[in-house]
Amino acid sequence: MKKKIQVKDLTVSYGQQDVIQNLNLDIYQNEVLAIIGPANSGKSSLLRSLNRMTDFIPNAKVTGTILLDGENIYDDEDSTFLRRRIGMVSPLPVGLPMTIKENVTFAPRMAGCNDEKELDSIMEDCLKKAALWDEVKDRLHTLATKLSGGQQQRLTIARALSHHPEVLCLDEFSIAIDPVTTMKIEAVLHELKKNLTIIMVTNVISQAKRLGDRTAMMLNGKILDLDVNERIFGDQVNDSRTKDYIHGVFG
Amino acid sequence: MFRPSTFLIDKEIRQKKFANLLSTITFFLFLPALIIIFWLFIKGYPALSWSFLLDDPSSGMTKGGIFPTIVGTFWLVIISVIVSCPLGVLAAIYLSEYAPDNKMTRLIRLAILNLAGVPSIVHALFGLGAFVLFMNMGTSILAASFTLAVMNLPVIITSTLESLKAVPHSFREAAWNVGASKLQTIRYIVLPNSYPGILTGLVFSVGRSAGETAAILFTGVAFYLPFLPQSVFDQCMALSMHLFTISTQVVGVPESYPFATALVLIMLILSVNSVAVVLRTYFRTKRKW
Repeated sequence: MKKKIQVKDLTVSYGQQDVIQNLNLDIYQNEVLAIIGPANSGKSSLLRSLNRMTDFIPNAKVTGTILLDGENIYDDEDSTFLRRRIGMVSPLPVGLPMTIKENVTFAPRMAGCNDEKELDSIMEDCLKKAALWDEVKDRLHTLATKLSGGQQQRLTIARALSHHPEVLCLDEFSIAIDPVTTMKIEAVLHELKKNLTIIMVTNVISQAKRLGDRTAMMLNGKILDLDVNERIFGDQVNDSRTKDYIHGVFG
Repeated sequence: MFRPSTFLIDKEIRQKKFANLLSTITFFLFLPALIIIFWLFIKGYPALSWSFLLDDPSSGMTKGGIFPTIVGTFWLVIISVIVSCPLGVLAAIYLSEYAPDNKMTRLIRLAILNLAGVPSIVHALFGLGAFVLFMNMGTSILAASFTLAVMNLPVIITSTLESLKAVPHSFREAAWNVGASKLQTIRYIVLPNSYPGILTGLVFSVGRSAGETAAILFTGVAFYLPFLPQSVFDQCMALSMHLFTISTQVVGVPESYPFATALVLIMLILSVNSVAVVLRTYFRTKRKW
């Protein structure tokens, strides 16, 4: 299998505090990698260093290399293009204070696309993928901030898909969404997997089990366990803490 | 049946008392503005006419109108805003979005705060030294406007800074996340959501510029000019200065003249303010979160 992302010796620190220590990780093309682990174990920081959002955190320091298709993403001075290749869905829904249509077409417009027809088709496609189209198709020109929390979360997913990323990072995408819609989106993710590599941080262990091809267990900035789901959830783990966490007897 | 205890009733009463207190205080704050305008109107009424607005002063400023002073104030305010607004907004964008949090930045912020506290007569002397003499502008509209602009910079920077800060960080992150550059994020996300705050700063500075006397005294305003300014390198008359002159420096001015002049000045400022309020409301309703 082709390695899409190779993380080598990654250390991320905020000020004096190391949140990720010497982490090594390979992510294969078209797989779904689920990352589980308790709070404060560096899961979100890992995602942030994958699309270099760490650039915007004043005291963040990243060392090590991350190769995307064999090229170090930290080599480029400008990280804007990288973020177009990596879609990111943040845990809290953010509807930008503009219309629904403007929200979904924001990324292509910022990338220089002005063709109304193309923008419309991107919008419809992305909203359908995010299971939001039916609910908003009649009010695409209303403010996105008027949508409910769950709808805004799906809007965020639609926005992350709008720039046709090669890798999609989802950080707790389902915390604001009801179970039925979550299932809809999970089905979509399953479909998207054919063209995308998906990295998914989740606190819902059953979600990791359902969606992931492989699952990584993180604790204190290190990966305790990383293996295919059959082994991780079949109790064939290297570290007993992983087993405890999965069974909910952790700590 | 549920019956409220005396504690709950007391609480209710206290609540009402407090609300009444607040509304009374607010009313008394509003009162001076009303009284001032009312009083100016009563006292200045005999002088008010179209010819008062549109004629030149005559007979040693004891007759005629105030037209040149309105023109002068208009130019001073417009030019000072044109200079200070872009400078101030850009400086605020730098400080809020780009500047690293280090000693230098903190020093700059401190300097801005201090600049806001400098008395206007000191600004006038600075303007005299820097613009009139050093940059060789002479006493002119340009020099006076630049002096006003410097005086207004801290107001505009501070209000813009506050309104930029009020845009949630998550908006910026969301834009960065989908591959918008820092500049695009500022242009399409941050700035459009801070227009109301920026406008507020602008309105303050317009009001201050129009009413300012000391800062323009040495830099470009004349007691009396027999002609309208032909270019920005001419001197001009100004409403605020004219008000000072006819109230204290000239004998034989009808009593109603200073009041009418003051009324015109206040009305000018109020009309600018109301335009800004309308614009602000428009921006607020357009973008809401």
